[in-house]
Amino acid sequence: MPANKFNGFTDYGIGIGLRAPHYDHILTRKPVVDWFEIISENFMIDGGRPLQILDQILEQYKVVQHGVSMYFGSAEKANREHLRRLKDLVKRTKTPWVSDHLCWGSVDGRYTHDLLPMPYTFEAAKITAQKVREVRDFLEVPVAVENVSSYAEFHVSEMTEWEFLNEVVERADCGILLDVNNIYVSSQNHSFDPMTYVNSVPAERVAQIHIAGHSKYRKYILDTHDHPVIDPVWKLYDRAIHRAGHTATLLEWDDSIPSFNEVHDEAKKANKFLASSVLATAV
Amino acid sequence: MKLLKLQRTMARAVMQPLTASEHMQRKAPDGRTMRSYASRFIKPNDRLTSFERLEIYNRQYWFRLFSAMSEDFPGVRSILGDRRFDAMCKAYLMEHPSRSFTLRNLGSKLEGWLQKNTKWAGKQQKLVLDIARLEWADIEAFDGEEKASLRTEDLAGAAGGNIRLQLQPYVRLLDLQYPVDDLLLAMRKDDEDRDFASNAFEEHRKRKRVRAVAKLKPGAVFLVVHRIDNSVYFRRIGAEEFAVLSALRRGKTLAKALDAAFRKSKMPLSELAASVQQWFQNWATLGWFCQPQKKPANS
Repeated sequence: MPANKFNGFTDYGIGIGLRAPHYDHILTRKPVVDWFEIISENFMIDGGRPLQILDQILEQYKVVQHGVSMYFGSAEKANREHLRRLKDLVKRTKTPWVSDHLCWGSVDGRYTHDLLPMPYTFEAAKITAQKVREVRDFLEVPVAVENVSSYAEFHVSEMTEWEFLNEVVERADCGILLDVNNIYVSSQNHSFDPMTYVNSVPAERVAQIHIAGHSKYRKYILDTHDHPVIDPVWKLYDRAIHRAGHTATLLEWDDSIPSFNEVHDEAKKANKFLASSVLATAV
Repeated sequence: MKLLKLQRTMARAVMQPLTASEHMQRKAPDGRTMRSYASRFIKPNDRLTSFERLEIYNRQYWFRLFSAMSEDFPGVRSILGDRRFDAMCKAYLMEHPSRSFTLRNLGSKLEGWLQKNTKWAGKQQKLVLDIARLEWADIEAFDGEEKASLRTEDLAGAAGGNIRLQLQPYVRLLDLQYPVDDLLLAMRKDDEDRDFASNAFEEHRKRKRVRAVAKLKPGAVFLVVHRIDNSVYFRRIGAEEFAVLSALRRGKTLAKALDAAFRKSKMPLSELAASVQQWFQNWATLGWFCQPQKKPANS
């Protein structure tokens, strides 16, 4: 089940995000890492050092692309320049799948550079799924959509977030990048049971899993990717991989980034759960 | 509410400037109270009102954009000061919100905008424009396209006044009035030394450096922002050399570029000839020229 058509039938292990403060360490020490996830937009450029570093990384490591501004849920059409540059990068990295968020962030050509929440309506699901299909057909690689953390809900919503996710992925016939930290953050902000969410996701569509830390404020939780993963999120992860199997897993750490080893050690904690999922499958 | 209408409604509020205390404005873009505006489409919960939930996104939007502008224009920030820089960014971004999928392009129109909106820099207008141009050129040089370079021997074989030499896309030519290259390098050095000094001391040192440069009498500085092994460098050159490169960038033939450069030059002719030879050698060594695009074959 973990190697499926939504992740190009790959069997990746535990990866971490490729971030600038770690470049030197990675290129000089060459640590053993299963794979790196890159933010696509950081490398959708014409030349210079970022691409040189990416090429050096590609010589030794497997890389998967993760985007932050495709905005599958924006009502406007996909940006052709964005798609063209993304496809160039896909050819360069040979990423087995591409992921981006189930959200919107641009309207009338203006970009907010944020991951804004979707209204959970059938109209939105239809528009979003159509765009996912268009992007996948253009890129010619599988696409996985990631659930986001959110801080607001809309009056117009006609279903729960997980029902909306299911509606989109079924209509688009695409994969899911299941972010269990985002599920936790949203569950706290919107008062739902995160385990219900994890149990409702079509496990056969999970291409990849994200884990991360967050920041707690008095009245809400913010998805900041600047802390270790907390136990309730590990619990959701444990449940997710028991359902989906030994799935490619990635730790996100994007702010107050500690040393490479600290980030990698945090990511490798997932091994404990992955091992138990293999045992459970064997039994 | 249909998807497009909802997204327009939310985006208008999210992109509306914050108050001086960095909170969401009480008045909505349509003139109503923001409480009423937000409650029209956002649900409250047991801890947050619709207004407060929308405010999270409004603040995130501006904090993210201010952070990107500060990262890209630390020199402009140092000259204007933190508060004035933030106010300037707010005004700039209201007029030029991001229209690109990447934050990399956020400051692409800043120089042109500052030229029209002189109030932000006041007496330091020329200095601010110079450093804004340099900082944007630095970004362009950092990740601009690099084509296959012409080698010295290619140049030797490319004799003839009608040849049109192409500069690498990442090479940026700047005619400045202040030595802002030195200023920016000194500021970067200060940032590298930050571990050894307090923030307050660093800010004081930066302000001192800015004041020193601002006191200088404006004079011509010709600068090439380029890169070697993917690191960006600033190289000062003479007026004639700059004129030749600028003319080549505009697509002039070599003969016309040299003619334009030397017409106003006071350099003795014998010196000019030797200089030209040296310039071409330097430019080729630095890889500033690229192979011209092949014209499609006639069929």
